[in-house]
Order: sequence, then C-alpha cells, then structure tokens
Amino acid sequence: MELILIILLGLLYAAGVYLILRRSMVKLLLGIMLLGSGTNILIFLLGGIVKGKPPVIDEDAKLFQDIFADPIPQSLILTAIVISFALTAFAIVLLKRVYALVNSDDLDDLNTPEEEDI
Amino acid sequence: MIDNHILAPVFIHLFSAVIQLIAWRKTITQRIVSIAGSSLGVLLAIRLLSRVHTDGILTLNAANWEAPFGIVFVADLLSATLVLLTSIAGLAVSFFSSTGLNRQRMLYGYFPIFHFLLMGLNGAFLTGDIFNLYVWFEVIIISSFVLMTLGGRKTQLEGAVKYMAMNILASTFFLTGIGILYGITGSLNMADLSLKIQQVQNQSLVGITACFFILGFGIKSAVFPLYYWLPSSYHTPPSAVAATFGGLLTKVGIYAMIRVFSLIFIPDEFTRNLLMTIAVLTIVIGSFGAVIKTNIRRLFSYLIVCHIGFMVGGIAMFTKVALMGTVFYLFHDIMVKTNMFLIAGLIRQLRGTMDMTKLGGLYAHYPKISLLFALVLFSLVGIPPLSGFWPKIYLFKAAFTLQQFAFVGALILGSLVTLYVIAKLWAEVFWKDSPSDVIVEDKFEPLPLFRKILLVLPICILCSVTLFIGLNAETIVQLVDKISDQLLDSTMYIEAVLGKQN
Repeated sequence: MELILIILLGLLYAAGVYLILRRSMVKLLLGIMLLGSGTNILIFLLGGIVKGKPPVIDEDAKLFQDIFADPIPQSLILTAIVISFALTAFAIVLLKRVYALVNSDDLDDLNTPEEEDI
Repeated sequence: MIDNHILAPVFIHLFSAVIQLIAWRKTITQRIVSIAGSSLGVLLAIRLLSRVHTDGILTLNAANWEAPFGIVFVADLLSATLVLLTSIAGLAVSFFSSTGLNRQRMLYGYFPIFHFLLMGLNGAFLTGDIFNLYVWFEVIIISSFVLMTLGGRKTQLEGAVKYMAMNILASTFFLTGIGILYGITGSLNMADLSLKIQQVQNQSLVGITACFFILGFGIKSAVFPLYYWLPSSYHTPPSAVAATFGGLLTKVGIYAMIRVFSLIFIPDEFTRNLLMTIAVLTIVIGSFGAVIKTNIRRLFSYLIVCHIGFMVGGIAMFTKVALMGTVFYLFHDIMVKTNMFLIAGLIRQLRGTMDMTKLGGLYAHYPKISLLFALVLFSLVGIPPLSGFWPKIYLFKAAFTLQQFAFVGALILGSLVTLYVIAKLWAEVFWKDSPSDVIVEDKFEPLPLFRKILLVLPICILCSVTLFIGLNAETIVQLVDKISDQLLDSTMYIEAVLGKQN
C-alpha cells in the first residue's frame, strides 16, 4: 500500500511541476490541482497508514500501547481539500475572465502595457 | 500565562467584516464600520502589547485542548508588536479607502474583504501552530486575490494571474513542508516541534524540510529567484489595496521565516550561507530594478524587493545584534512602505498619473503636502535621525562582526540606490516644472475639505508613527532588545506554551 502511494505521489508531483512549467493557462490550472492532490497524499502517507485500528485508546490506559490510527493527518487533509477547492474555484473563474479579455491561452500574452487608472 | 483576550484583534476584524456583509451595497455604513472597527482594533492591539510587555508571553488554548494537542495561540512581544503595526496600517488604509477608492469597487465588497485580510494577518502573527499558520496564510491569499481582481480591468487581471499562480505554489510547498515535518516529528505545535526536532535521527531530512519552508516563505516574501510576481502585479490594483499588500503581505513571509528559523530550524552553516546568498542577490536585483523604472508604483515594488533582502540577511546572520536590526527594520518597513503606496495614490489624485516623466511641479502647487511626503521619503532612505537609519546601524555592526563583507557591500549598494532613486523621484515629481504638453486633471482640488482630510490624514498618522519610531529610537531599541532575547532563547516561548519542562 505504501509503495503504491509513494509511486502515485511521485507521479502527481512530477506531472504537477511539468504542467506548471508549460505556457498554457489551462495546464497551469491542472498543474496546481495535481500538486495539491499530491500534497494531500503526502500528508496521508507520512501520518502513517494503519489498517483496521480505531483512533481511540482505552479510558484507563496511560500510554499508547497498541497501534492506533492517527486522526490528525485526515483532519489536515480535509482542511487542505476545502481550501484548495476554494482556491481552484477562484482560479478557474479568474482564468476564464482573463481568457475572455485577452483571447489567448498563452501566459506570455499577459503583458498589456501600462494603462492608467486609480 | 493564559489570557482569553489574545484573539480580540482577530475577532474585531471578523465582526466588522460580518456587519459590512449585512450592510451589502450600503457604502456609507460600510465606511463608518470600517473606520470604527479599525480604530477599535488599534486600541485592542495597544492593550495586548501592554499586557504582553508587563506579564510576559500570553497563550490561549483553543477549546481548552491542552498544548501540544490542540491549537494554541501565542502572543509574545514580536507578534504583539506586529499586530499593533498591522492595526495602525489597517486604520490608515481604512481612512484612505473611504475616499480614495472608486465607488464601484466598494459596491462589490471591498470593505468586508479588506477586513478579512486584516483578520488573516493578525491571526498569522498570533498563532502558535504550524498548520494553523498555513490556514491563516490561505485566509490572507484568498482575500488578497479578491482585492487584487476587484474592478476587473485587463492589467489587473493579468497581474492577478501571476500573483495567484505563485502564491498557490508557495502554499503547496509550505504544506508539503508541514506534511514532512509531521511525518518526522508527529507534532504541529511550534513549541513542541522545537523540542522534538532535536531528537530526530536523520538530521539531513530536517534540512530538506527547511528548504521547503524557505521556498514557500521565500515566494511569499519575494526574495531573489522567486520575486518576479511582485513587480508585475503590485502596480495594478488601486492604491489603497497596493498599500496593504506592499506594507504587510511580504512582511508576513519575513515574520514566518523569523518564527520558523528561531524556533524549529535553528539555522546551520548551510542554511545561513543559502539565506545570505539569497539576501545579497535580492538587494542587488531589487536595487537595479528600481533604477530603471519611471512609474512610481513599479519603482516602489522594486524597492520592496530590495529591502526584503536587508531583513533576510539579518535572519541569515542570526546573532542578537542582527536580529535586533531585522526586527527593527521590519517595524520601520511596514509603516513606511504602506505610506509610500498611499502617497502614490495621493499623487495620482493630484495629477491623474503616476508616470514620473509626466509629473512635475507638485512642490510649487502643494508645498505642505510635499513636505509631508519628503519626511516619509527621508525616513525610507534612512537620513539620521529618522527611522530607516537605526536598524541599518545594527545590521552593519552584525555584518562587520561576522565578517560578512558581501552583505556589507550589498547594504551599502541598496542604501545608495534607494537614496538615488528617491532623489530622482523628488526632482522629477516635485521640483521639475510640469511638462507643458500634459493636461493636468486634478481630482483633489474640487473635493470638499472633509474628504481632503480623509485622504491626507492616513499619511499623517503613518508619518507620525514613523517619526515616533525614529525620534524615540531608544524605546524601540529596548523593545527589539527584549524581542531578540525571546527569539534567541526559545525556552521562554516553550515554557509559556507547554509549561515548565523537566
């Protein structure tokens, strides 16, 4: 399980970085999304994967004796997913507006010379 | 010591924003709520700082979960002072934007978002949990995205694309760093991390994690190889927004760097050399960029990059004197940079342009306002006894003691170029005769007196704070002396958060 996740993680990061280095705005967006997913899986993996153990311990137990699942990485991922959802939604709307104004998908075209306002 | 009032400066901005959301499209109510909320924020921040000053570091366990298990908020002297400075800058921008902003932008929620941004900034300064710091960073960037795009002009949106891409990338790197840090230590509380990171067997893994943090915070604070988004986006939004961004956003990156490197990753030889190289190159590139620009706000953007290098260099040296210089410079920089962009906005109101070649003759028409500007510009350059002068003494002293002559050279170059650029600005905008072929559209002259005061008052507020920092440097030096003690000796912070260690 760990090995599969590690390979997936590497693929997501590599694909994300590759797409961000492209000029197209859509690919930039996809790259950001893939990197975000890669990060979530990284947190999940590094939190330690435990199968079939509840994240609770005995009421009387003073020490963690048995293996137990760590709930914190999952709550971190949940937060990160919500945040990246909001950011992605904003990014899609922004890029759509920019595409409508500039009429090009190329990031190198985003250099309109100075126009004066406020 | 536990104190539940730490979060008051955060909540006041949350409440202001919520009230303003209820008063949607009622711009006059929103302006009044904004100014009232920001004034109250300043009072609460003063109270927080005075309590931290008398009682020592204050903490607050969210929902009463004991540290290190729950999220903890910590107010030490550094964060309390930065909250105060943020509140003052916020108050000034509230005043300025109540008049200096297009009504169309206010109708679409400028004020609530502005208060959410201030809430995020205060939260980032006060949190003691590394993941919570990430969340506050996200609050900051999502609000800044909206502020940057509000109005929807073409150049603004183009700048926003670059700003958005780089900042989301920075957050991803930061989150990756947090993930690895959690994997190797099993904790997120910064005080707890500070203890646990020393017990990690594989210290080279710690070094790699530190690189992720440098990368994330480096993009946010616009250091040398990662700064390109800043000069290509900060000149596009309205001046009130640019003032908040220029004064505060990059400084959060510097604050996070100081916090992380003083508590968690104590800089080793490699990190110091890396940061020092970055600092020197940042100063050099920033000052070269500032020399060739003719648009006032583009010029100021490059000056931000240049002066970020001063602070990164101070962190790289990591001695008491260097940290005193860094923190002092941080205080001075927040006040002056916010003021510079407000001044650019006022110049735009006076003359309808920000291009230096088309400006001129301001001193002849507005001698009093020009003298006010001159004070701020001199503070930026660091003419003694104004505020930019004192931190540089400490930075020079630290650099000479550690024999970092490259940094000394960069400091001299950076200061000289700042002087040259400001002298050029003064000559072009204030002293030169106005070019005859340009039609002047003065939006300031026909305004009623009350609105004129609202435009000039924030510059006066910030200028008087700058003068206070400069002329009352002894008090500030005592403050930064205590702050650097707290930063270098992290046991105080750890004991405040986790209780006495055996």
